[in-house]
Amino acid sequence: MKELRFDAAVIGGGAAGMAAALEIRRRGLEVCIVERDDELGGILLQCIHNGFGLHEYREDLTGPEYAERAVQAVEQAEIAVFTRTTVGELASRAGQSTLVCFSARHGVLKVSARAVVLAMGCRERNRGNLRIPGSRPAGVYTAGLAQRLINIDGYIPGRQVVIIGSGDIGLIMARRLQWLGCRVHGVIEIMPYPSGLTRNIVQCLNDFSIPLHLSHVVSRIRGLERVEGVDVMPIRGGAPDPAGQFSIPCDTILLSVGLIPENELSKTAGVQIAPETGGAVVDATMMTSVEGIFAAGNVLHVHDLVDNVSEESRLAGSFAADWLSGRRPARQMRILPGSNVRYVNPSRVDPDRGSRVYLRPLIVKNKAQLLVSANGRPVKKVVKNHVQPSEMISLSLREQDLAGIDAAGVLEVSIS
Amino acid sequence: MKSGSDLFDVLVIGAGVSGASIARRLSSYALDVALVDRECDVSFGTSKSNSGIIHGGFHHSSKTLKARLEVRGNALFDQLQAELGFPFRRCGILVVATHNDEMKVIGQLYAQGVENGSVGIEMCSRRRMLELEPLLSPDVLGGLHAPSGGIIEPYRFVFCLVESARKNGVSLFTGFEAERGVQDGGRWSVHSRDGRTLKATWVVNAAGLFADDVSRAFGAEEYSIMPRKGEYFLLDRSTPACPSRVLFPVPSHNSKGVLVIPTVEGTVLVGPTASEIRDKRDLSTTAEELEKIFDYAKRLVPLISQSDVISSFAGLRPVLEGEDFFISFSSKVPRLVHVAGIQSPGLTASPAVGEYVTELLGKGGVPLMAKKDFDPYIERIPRLREMSAEEAEKLINADGSYGNIVCRCEKVSEAEVVAAVRREHTTLDGIKYFTRAGMGRCQGGFCTSRILKIIARETGLPYERITKKGKDSYLLEGRL
Repeated sequence: MKELRFDAAVIGGGAAGMAAALEIRRRGLEVCIVERDDELGGILLQCIHNGFGLHEYREDLTGPEYAERAVQAVEQAEIAVFTRTTVGELASRAGQSTLVCFSARHGVLKVSARAVVLAMGCRERNRGNLRIPGSRPAGVYTAGLAQRLINIDGYIPGRQVVIIGSGDIGLIMARRLQWLGCRVHGVIEIMPYPSGLTRNIVQCLNDFSIPLHLSHVVSRIRGLERVEGVDVMPIRGGAPDPAGQFSIPCDTILLSVGLIPENELSKTAGVQIAPETGGAVVDATMMTSVEGIFAAGNVLHVHDLVDNVSEESRLAGSFAADWLSGRRPARQMRILPGSNVRYVNPSRVDPDRGSRVYLRPLIVKNKAQLLVSANGRPVKKVVKNHVQPSEMISLSLREQDLAGIDAAGVLEVSIS
Repeated sequence: MKSGSDLFDVLVIGAGVSGASIARRLSSYALDVALVDRECDVSFGTSKSNSGIIHGGFHHSSKTLKARLEVRGNALFDQLQAELGFPFRRCGILVVATHNDEMKVIGQLYAQGVENGSVGIEMCSRRRMLELEPLLSPDVLGGLHAPSGGIIEPYRFVFCLVESARKNGVSLFTGFEAERGVQDGGRWSVHSRDGRTLKATWVVNAAGLFADDVSRAFGAEEYSIMPRKGEYFLLDRSTPACPSRVLFPVPSHNSKGVLVIPTVEGTVLVGPTASEIRDKRDLSTTAEELEKIFDYAKRLVPLISQSDVISSFAGLRPVLEGEDFFISFSSKVPRLVHVAGIQSPGLTASPAVGEYVTELLGKGGVPLMAKKDFDPYIERIPRLREMSAEEAEKLINADGSYGNIVCRCEKVSEAEVVAAVRREHTTLDGIKYFTRAGMGRCQGGFCTSRILKIIARETGLPYERITKKGKDSYLLEGRL
């Protein structure tokens, strides 16, 4: 059995893993990336649409273009990369972690590292998670799988399509399918507002006159062998109303109903998971509850923009490098979600150096005020033109914002 | 192996667990046997979607045929597992009573179990029940423990039986929908919907849900098989609500109730419901029934949560009037054996059904000469998820494709998918049942595109011809 030792090991070679590894390497440490797919890039490789990199590079890039920049940097940085290699087990003891990996090329590979960055991304919620009743024909796909089948493998899943859920991947796929000559007959969203970005509603649905049925659910999938249609009901008074039921004939159903951070491996290492995010609970240095294990990107919480993933993962990489060189914050302060905030990540900040936090609102509002208070006293106010649950907010808490406050107390972020 | 134009001694219609058990049993004798099925793969009917339980022999009166075959069948599983290597574990069964009237029924079940010869059966106090299963609802008053009960992957069991039968000379014909049987000078000509014809001296009708149609097609007895639908939820292996034994409520008149089943591969199955329907192809789930499952299951294990659901599905029980099995030579036409109404505990009883039908055929004139070269064993396919790191290393060194993980949720390697395809499981569902790829928490989100690639490579089929489960269940429309 091959055994290798690094200062740090990064699990996952997508946007998050590459950004974290690059930062660790930049600090002069030995780092490897373990990636289960054929090449680095992760989900970006199948996202051939544009809109990536507006913050990171101030350019409008496609997913593969965005990935390529990081891949080239990784190649130049002398980072050890193991592709087609799946991590089967992760264990950690006394600040030393071991990854047991499987690959055709290396057999069983044991990687030891003092620091580990979790960057496994997420998986798509599926029909089973939603408990959609009906038959079980061929032609029901998650939007991301359909995206892979089309953009990577080169196959069309079907011609007459209904999309369940208004997540971004579903919206992007609506446009992609229309461009292929397929017909998207509607997007069914259970909530009264869309769950994808506004720009995607405009560019992917409105521009193609695809109906968006808000406050509707699919009550049944029909079809014996291949999908034949869906029954749809409006939500009235908080429940599906059979009186308003209508059917849409189709041969294909795509599900775009949310993502779940892929933390099965993290759990085996004893990493504590936050129910609000499905990701690890991390401190001000993005370290999980297990000493030496850090988390960043979609495995920590689901992001809307890859630019945020890269930014957050660089931070995680730099914190991992700090930890490897024995640097830890002197003090950490808890930060909690207040009114109208679903969660704040990380759950602690460093009052002496400042921290960047990401939060997800619970409400849709124009001219919303973001208020950070320390032990009940306001320390920072930001006005946002528009907030909605599908758009994550990145907030910088600088050292001067937090100067002079009692670090034994608690920070709270609220939106009003 | 024989081709279609030859004469078979016995033709078995239906490659579900009954037909497969019968065919395998017959394959130990010097006979030419054909096994046919209307679906594109074996075990694609009732045998693929059921509770996967080896029952404990206390649910049915000793007066019934099914009670006798259940107890005998149960006893045969250890040897079968040793020979065929399918996933099976005698984890035991608990029947849970939550009020006093139910304790009376528990007493009756116990007496029935003792009479049937259920090994080790015991009545339990509340304390004993909670000791055996700490996850049980605090409302439990007492119950029944049948340690001989167990769990199994039903489709894997059928796949193994068929593989063993074929290894011993049985010819398998899939996509063969027997629509007419004609007597022709002391033998049967069996015509399939697609135009194929097979000839055989004896015919066994083990057509499950369609046994009534087959009987009619052969001019034999008129009876009708009523489909009784059971809906299920599958819970992720990470659920905290995984019991160590199969949990039953106290049974009702037409079903054994909604169970909580720790599957042999680590997930948890909750169900089934029981509703009488008409359409034998209707495997749809309904919001109402699925809702009921949780209501019932939470009475047994309060920790069960909808948030652990990774899939739901339905299966159909082939029910005959009177609820018992009907295994007998036809009294209307010669050389035809009915194996009908094989609902629960059909899976448990199947090895005994194989024995029973073979004996019946022997008495009816089939010459049962034991084959000297009968080999009861089949090749074991190593499963990566069952290996230690050291074993995996050896395996991958010998065959690199064991190191290529195709399904991360269930840890299935490329080599296992290839093994499935080489055993003619060439649909997405067939591969899923054989390997478990696609059965885990992501439900094929990750592995589907990878498996399509392997099927195309191994079979030479173009992508657009690959199906989920045969017939018109095409997965892709075509190339970009």
